This record gives sequence, C-alpha cells and structure tokens, in this order.
Amino acid sequence: MDVLKIATAGSVDDGKSTLIGRILYDTKSLTTDKLEAIETRSKANGFDYLDFSLATDGLVAEREQGITIDVAHIYFSTKTKSYIIADTPGHIEYTRNMVTGASTSQASIILVDARKGVIEQTYRHFFINNLLRVKDVIVAINKMDLVDFSQEKFDAIKADFETLIEKSDYKEQNITFIPVSALQGDNVVDKSANTPWYSGQTLLEHLEELDAQDVYEKAEVRFPVQTVIRPKKDEFHDFRGYAGKLYGGDLTVGDEVTVLPSLTTSKVKEIFFFDQKFETAGRGSSCTITLEDDVNVSRGDMIVKSSEQPRVEKQLSATVCWMDSKNLQPGTNYMIQSGSSRILAKVKHISGTIATDFSGQDESKNSLSLNEIGKVQLQLSKPLAIDSYSKNKASGSFILIDAQTNNTSGVGFVE
Amino acid sequence: MEVIDNIKEQVVDVKRITVNPLESEAIYIFREVVAQFEKPVLLFSGGKDSITLVRLAQKAFYPSKIPFPLLHIDTGHNFPETIEFRDRLAEELGVELIVRNVQDSIDQGKVVEEKGKYASRNSLQTTTLLDALEEFKFDAAIGGARRDEEKARAKERIFSVRDDFGQWDEKNQRPELFDHLNGKIDLGQNVRVFPISNWTELDVWSYIQKEGIEIPSIYFAHKRKTFIRDGMIWSAEDDVVHREEDEAVEERLVRFRTVGDMSCTAAVLSDAITIDKVVEEIRASTISERGARIDDKRSEAAMEKRKQQGYF
Repeated sequence: MDVLKIATAGSVDDGKSTLIGRILYDTKSLTTDKLEAIETRSKANGFDYLDFSLATDGLVAEREQGITIDVAHIYFSTKTKSYIIADTPGHIEYTRNMVTGASTSQASIILVDARKGVIEQTYRHFFINNLLRVKDVIVAINKMDLVDFSQEKFDAIKADFETLIEKSDYKEQNITFIPVSALQGDNVVDKSANTPWYSGQTLLEHLEELDAQDVYEKAEVRFPVQTVIRPKKDEFHDFRGYAGKLYGGDLTVGDEVTVLPSLTTSKVKEIFFFDQKFETAGRGSSCTITLEDDVNVSRGDMIVKSSEQPRVEKQLSATVCWMDSKNLQPGTNYMIQSGSSRILAKVKHISGTIATDFSGQDESKNSLSLNEIGKVQLQLSKPLAIDSYSKNKASGSFILIDAQTNNTSGVGFVE
Repeated sequence: MEVIDNIKEQVVDVKRITVNPLESEAIYIFREVVAQFEKPVLLFSGGKDSITLVRLAQKAFYPSKIPFPLLHIDTGHNFPETIEFRDRLAEELGVELIVRNVQDSIDQGKVVEEKGKYASRNSLQTTTLLDALEEFKFDAAIGGARRDEEKARAKERIFSVRDDFGQWDEKNQRPELFDHLNGKIDLGQNVRVFPISNWTELDVWSYIQKEGIEIPSIYFAHKRKTFIRDGMIWSAEDDVVHREEDEAVEERLVRFRTVGDMSCTAAVLSDAITIDKVVEEIRASTISERGARIDDKRSEAAMEKRKQQGYF
C-alpha cells in the first residue's frame, strides 16, 4: 500500500490538533477506547462538543508540563493509502522540528486562521516548505465558521498568500487552498454545505489524489552503497553484492554504471531482492546489485548511471539549518554525512543568515545559532559525490555531526 | 475485474521490484545498523513484531545469513508455544540465539518479584536486558517497537541513543532528517534501533499475510481454559496468572493479539483460524492493540463506562 507522509505545522491555538483529530474521527481511525476517552475528557472539561484536539494529546500533555516539544507521529489509513502525519510545533524556536518533519514528508498542511489571515508564522511555514522543496502544500484556511464562511475572507487570504508564492524560487510546488472548519468538519473529509462558492476538493479528497511515491522524487539515479554482502557459502562463493537503497530512478540489468568517487566503470550484472533476481529495481527499493567487473566498491561509495554523473567535490556551498545549542563557527570541524558517506569537514565561511519570513539575508552575521538558517561554505577532507538539492534530494542533503558530542548539529542543502 | 488486476501485477513483479516503502525503509535501517555499529543484536520475543523483524533482516542481507545474534529476555512466563517456535526459528536460520532469564536476575537478588494478584515480571525484564547488553558488549539493540503503539513511542527516534544506564533522554533526542541516520555514540552508550517504527499493527499483519510468514499458534483461534478478570480474558491453563477462587474457569474460543509475558497478556474471543481471518478481524477491530492498558491509565471512568455498556 502507498504511504503518504504529511507534515503539519502550527501554533497552540490555530486548530491544528483539532484538524488532525477531525481527520482521524471522520476517517473512523479512532478506536472505541480512544473515542471514549475523548468523550469523557470533553465532558469533564465542560465542552458541549467533542474536543478532537485530545486525539493528539501527547502534545497537549507536553505543553501542560512545559517540556520540550517534539515531532509526534500520527497514523491513519483509508482504502487507498496509509498516512503518516509528522506533527510539529510552529513557533520560531521550533524551526528545527519543522525542518525535521518536512524532510521526510511528501506533502505539507499549512494552517491559517481565517480571522487572522496570513501572519509571520505562515511566512515561516511556507519558507521551510520552500527550502525543503516539499512538493504539495495545502493551505487550510481554518475556522471558517467564525467568519460566517465568507468567500471574500477566503479570497483575501488567498491573495495575500499568493504574494508569498511570488517570492518563492520553487515554482513547481503545487499549492492548494481549502476553506475548512476543523471544529465542525467542513471540507475536511466531507464536503461542506456552508461553502457553496467553493467547488474544489475537501482536504482528504485532495490527499487521496496525491502521488505517494517517495519523498525522494524522480531524478538521476543514485545508489549509495550501504554495505557489501559477501556470503561465505559454497553456492555463492564469489558473490559480491552491493546493498543499498535506490534513489532517483530505476536501475536495470545491463546499465552502464560508474562508481564514485573512484570513477571506475562497469555494468549491472544482477539485481537481487531477497532470494529473487529481477530485471529492474524500482526507485525507492532496498536491493542488492552485482557488477560485471571485479571492481573495488565499499561503503561510502556511490553507484550511478555513467550517463548521469553527479559532481565530485572537495568544497561545497550549502544552505544550513542549525540545530545545536552550540553555535556553528567558521574554522571549526564537523563530520559531514551524506548518503552512506561520512567524512571530516571544515567550516570555511558563513556568509550571513537568511530570514525565514522571506525578508532577505543578514550578511553581517558570521555564525549560526540554534534554529538559524544561513549560507555556509565547507571544505571536505575527501572528495564527495553530491548534487544540488534542487536536482536530487537524496544526494543534495547532508547532516553535520559534532565529533565531540556526536550530536546531529545541523542539516544542509547543497547549492 | 479484481482477479485480472492481480494477475497483471504478478506478471510485472517478475521483472521489476515492486516497492513497499515501509519494507524498503526497514531494510535500509537494518543495513545502516550493521554498517555503523560494532556489535548489534536483535531483541527477539517470539511475537509477531520480532518475527517480522527477522524476515526483514533476512531480506536485508541475503544471500548472507543474518549477521547478528538474536537475544531473548525470558521472563519464565512465556507461552510454551512461543518458546518452541523461537527455538525452531533460530535453528532454521542458523543464527545464534542467546537467552537470558529474569529468574536469574531474581535469584541474584538484582530484582524482586512482584507480589499479589496482578504480579507480573514484565517490568523486571529491563535489568536482565541491560545486564545482557553489557555482558556481550552489544552497542545496538534492534527492537520491534512501533510508534503507533503508544504515545511515548510516537516520539521515539529510529536510532534512539541510551546512556550508560540504558536511559532514554526524551527531551534531548537527535533530530532525524531524510534517510541520514546518525549512529555515532561514545563508549558505554548504546542505541535502540526500531526498523518498523512507522508500521501500524495492521501493516505488520498484512505483511505476515502477504509474505506467508509462520507465526506461533496462539495467534490463531483455539480452545482454551480461561477466566474473566477486570473485563479481560486470561488463560487458566498455566498458574502464571494467579486465579482466585471466585474466578470461574470456562473453555472459550480465543486467540492472542500480542504474546508478551503471560501475566499481562489477555486473550480475545475470536474464531480467526487463518491469517486471512486474523487480518480481517484486525481491520474491523475498533479497539486498539494496547487499548485497555492505555485507557486504564488515562481515566477510571472509561473502564467503568465500558463495563456499564456490557463490555466484559
């Protein structure tokens, strides 16, 4: 079954939890025991309606206790798809959580309160979806019940948002506007009678039609070798299989390939998935391949089609989102991990921070603190096969690891 | 029409790998574990989740054998069917099976057996597990936990770092971005790895069905001597759950939805004798796998209300 991962971001009172709870309720994904708990709690809190935000109350409890807010995962399914919602908080101090949630999502829901319209936080959500090139963005204009389901209000917010789209450099992004009331269920799963002027799909109808292929979109073929399989068995005496996950496209027996960074060439001899041989490995499959020639391949190498080569470089420029309380400073060393490769990198230069509200760059800054995004130049200790992130998400992104603390300190998007 | 579609799909299958994203992700994680850690181990309970892990590990490393041992923390209160199944599976795979017993931890005075009607060895397992990890110097322990099981687990990372005392610092977890898994740890630390984090209970059952994976017989409907306590059905065939005299024994057609420690694993009424029937039953079920337990913690009222409505 197809799996669609969706990131949601929002603040405490924009109705995000209610929206998720509503989706779960209307798709009958809430089990009897959970539903009973919601009923009981709603009543105890003195509500005369069901408080669906309780369905995701892992987060509510977190807020009450004031502990670090994190990414929560919520699961539901329909007849056609399995859905995973990565639910993240939306304030500026949680930029890293939003980036984390968006990094594994094919689609994103941005909530806008119909009474408040496009606010600074909306800018930030959209900016992050832009930076990470999330393919489908749904702008759910919520609380329509509180503005009398006014078409003028909806159109005005849509027009405001469209001025943001003009500032975006990811023009292929699909952006859809839907008027909803999460509390009352309008246009979430079922079509609303309150918005006769809206002829589009409901939120779920729209999600059901999205392509659930992979976060890693169609691009040039990249096969980072995770491990070399050498069984010590008589029947597989000389077997050398290269195990990895295939990104970008399909790989077929007979394809001419190049191993990076060594630039040795060969052809795909066999493709295994478990105990069966296949003609073609589909994009996204975790397979094992063998090559015609006895070439030297190990973990950290990348196999590509000879006709589709990435850059192999010792220097790179990237947009980095910083996730560590210890600032990123020029002259410091980190481990860079991309694909199956992990090598030492030195921070050469930081050329300012980028505002997450599309207001531009602050070039006076030469360090990055927690939740800041900026342009960074890195010097690598060894050549690394990379692409620009806009061309290939798998080989165009990386993490930076602090060698002292082992923390994942930042994420980068190659220019 | 449906039949024709199926045939078409099978013909295509022979030539091109059909990608199941959850399976592909799990295999990817297994390979990262083997590449990034010195001495991984798979925590094997004989339950459906760990059996699924074993199949995924086979797929990840074929034609090699699974390149790490299986570790079972035996509470001494396991269903005999599960233990028999466990031994046979390890034998067939040719993989080393390490068993460490909670009873030994009790005998060594490291943990104290719980007393009373609800006594369980479930929570005593932790000490035995940590001792085993230290004894063998395992630096990565692969487990079958899923994020949909429980709220705290919904926040669990795929590579979850534990300190020297095996503790999880939920407030200070490493962000996990894209497929970039960071397994770097200090000496003495270890990592819990959850390859099926993103699977739901139904995903696991559907996979077992599709792959034709063998599972212990107690997952299927069978006649068993049982008694009712707190609205749940308990096995009366072993003396692990201490039945009181006023709790009447009756033979019922039941199966188990999870196969944990017998002292805290209740049965459900079921006539599902095949995997197809089990999947059908799970699909139609309106109670979550751990529903009763979660609920009981959450409020007293919910349980009371269920009883009023005629729930067991």
